[in-house]
Amino acid sequence: MSDEKMVGTTTGNRLLRALLYTVLVLFAVYYLLPLYVMVVNSVKPLDEIRQGNMLSLPALFTLEPWAKAWSSAQVGVQPTGLKPYFFNSILMVVPAVAISTVLGALNGYVLTKWRFRGDDVVFGLILLSCFIPFQIALIPAARILGFLGIAGTTTGLVLIHVVYGLGFTTLFFRNYYAAFPTELVRAAQIDGAGFFQIFRRILLPSSSPIIVVTVIWQFTNIWNDFLFGVSFGDFDSLPMTVALNNLVSSSGGVKEYNVHFAGAILAALPTLIVYIVSGRYFVRGLMAGAVKG
Amino acid sequence: MSFLKIENLRKSFGKVDVLKGIDLEIEEGGFLVLVGPSGCGKSTLLNTIAGLESITSGSISINGRLVNNLHPSQRDIAMVFQSYALYPNMTVAQNIGFGMEIRGVPKAERDAAIAKVAETLQIGQLLDRKPSQLSGGQRQRVAMGRALVREPQVFLFDEPLSNLDAKLRVDMRTEIKRLHQRMGTTIVYVTHDQIEAMTLASRIAVLKDGVLQQFGTPAEIYNTPANLFVADFMGSPSMNLIPATIEASGSDVAIVMQREGGAPLALPFANGAGALAARKGQKVVFGIRPEALTDPDSADRNARHVSELDCAIEVIEPAGSDTFAVTRLGGREIVARLRADAPISAGQTARLAFNLDKAVLFDPETQARIA
Repeated sequence: MSDEKMVGTTTGNRLLRALLYTVLVLFAVYYLLPLYVMVVNSVKPLDEIRQGNMLSLPALFTLEPWAKAWSSAQVGVQPTGLKPYFFNSILMVVPAVAISTVLGALNGYVLTKWRFRGDDVVFGLILLSCFIPFQIALIPAARILGFLGIAGTTTGLVLIHVVYGLGFTTLFFRNYYAAFPTELVRAAQIDGAGFFQIFRRILLPSSSPIIVVTVIWQFTNIWNDFLFGVSFGDFDSLPMTVALNNLVSSSGGVKEYNVHFAGAILAALPTLIVYIVSGRYFVRGLMAGAVKG
Repeated sequence: MSFLKIENLRKSFGKVDVLKGIDLEIEEGGFLVLVGPSGCGKSTLLNTIAGLESITSGSISINGRLVNNLHPSQRDIAMVFQSYALYPNMTVAQNIGFGMEIRGVPKAERDAAIAKVAETLQIGQLLDRKPSQLSGGQRQRVAMGRALVREPQVFLFDEPLSNLDAKLRVDMRTEIKRLHQRMGTTIVYVTHDQIEAMTLASRIAVLKDGVLQQFGTPAEIYNTPANLFVADFMGSPSMNLIPATIEASGSDVAIVMQREGGAPLALPFANGAGALAARKGQKVVFGIRPEALTDPDSADRNARHVSELDCAIEVIEPAGSDTFAVTRLGGREIVARLRADAPISAGQTARLAFNLDKAVLFDPETQARIA
């Protein structure tokens, strides 16, 4: 039976559908409202916001709050804007995501295709790390960073995020590779391929869905992290999230709401872009293996 | 001179013994089929030959070379997997050439070898496709091509036809046999399909629960099964196995079977009668294949011992080329294979010829064949 035939066969059916769409639209509006408020108020002069109507469109359109948030707003003690912190975040997120994804993939490969005695115990322990609250790890982590001499550096933050992300990335890849046919690995073994050749030539080319999922997951988590950033960051390494907090809470005199809104959007932009670019694959990857074929 | 030799092979997974002392050997150019029900250890045995599973004890040698501890790629074997195991991200040509690429064979040489194999298997037009664009039969051919291109000393096949539909399976079976005849390479082939085993093998090894039940030519396995399991497993429809008793007077031995609503059926039995006389009065299992139990007209004229007896026919199953008739003896359903137009109908009594040359006897206690 075709969809067209099903829709509108009876008026009751049509009514139900209308109701359904109304509810969906209402929810969509509800969820989009905060974004609307942020965008609208980030392009208004401060006076306009003070007049009280947060929902109205800007009477006078200006990009000045954006420019200010980016390059000249008072963040902490220095009027640097969010720019240096944005690059701090990038320098932290990119290696942390890359390293944790590669290590997770290798872990998943070993745990499914090169099984050894006690491998499920090892996996269980790795999995456990997903459930350890950040706060518990703060002091030991600080000790280790101090010991290694990388406290307050971007390298230190990368290390912390890699270690913390490993549980999740291993989980993702292990479950994905568990469904990957072992016969392919065996065929490659007979063809004479070694450990890394099999990984690179046979498994990795078929892993794009789970790589996308892992990258999105790690990117958003690390980009949005506040606690590790505020605990272990210095001026040279403080991430965007901490800078945003400093921007909003430390500007002594006037609360520049329009600048705050612009800054908040700037801070959220990279994760938004990652979602928009690869969101399709995200859903596909999460569903992979759930349904056969 | 045995080419592939397996001696006292044992394999355990933790406390579970999967293979319990297997001894097998096959001559060069032979076609060894490992057959048995699922879980009998036949695939594990094949994997140990390939080197994909380690062995607990025993030895495997190929062409006089002990391969126990060699990596799969160094054993000079090639394997065709049940799922074909084609690399999904590579084209057909890349799939076939992958092993050579890993071994560092120059590109020109690789291409020549691929072209040659593609011609043998008639897959030349598929070389640029990905495995997902191929049908089941084509994938099967590519998987064989990947094995052929290695020119190994032994081919290993792990249930290669079980994913194909019935018609294609028969075609590919013939093709594998033709390929074997042409190349003369030794093959070890795993299947649970006893017809595949019979048609392909030069030697069959029947396994059950990790124990070798019988190892012999297809004719030996079929005509003189070593025990009740082999008798029941090989052949379709399977062998009739009827509880019976031995009666003897002097050197004449008869097999007596109970019949519902009638006098017991006594068949004179001449095979190894001397030894059987000693078992007088003992219970045995009388085994006779459906084709040795026919209407008198189609009975084997060369047979020396044929007994004709009246049996009540319960069901008739015409199969086109033959007609199968179901009767009842010793409390079991018995299948007789008659010619297609045998004048017989259900519910009547018909005269059936028992070809006793082809009949076998088993000890119900030990399950072993006694005559």
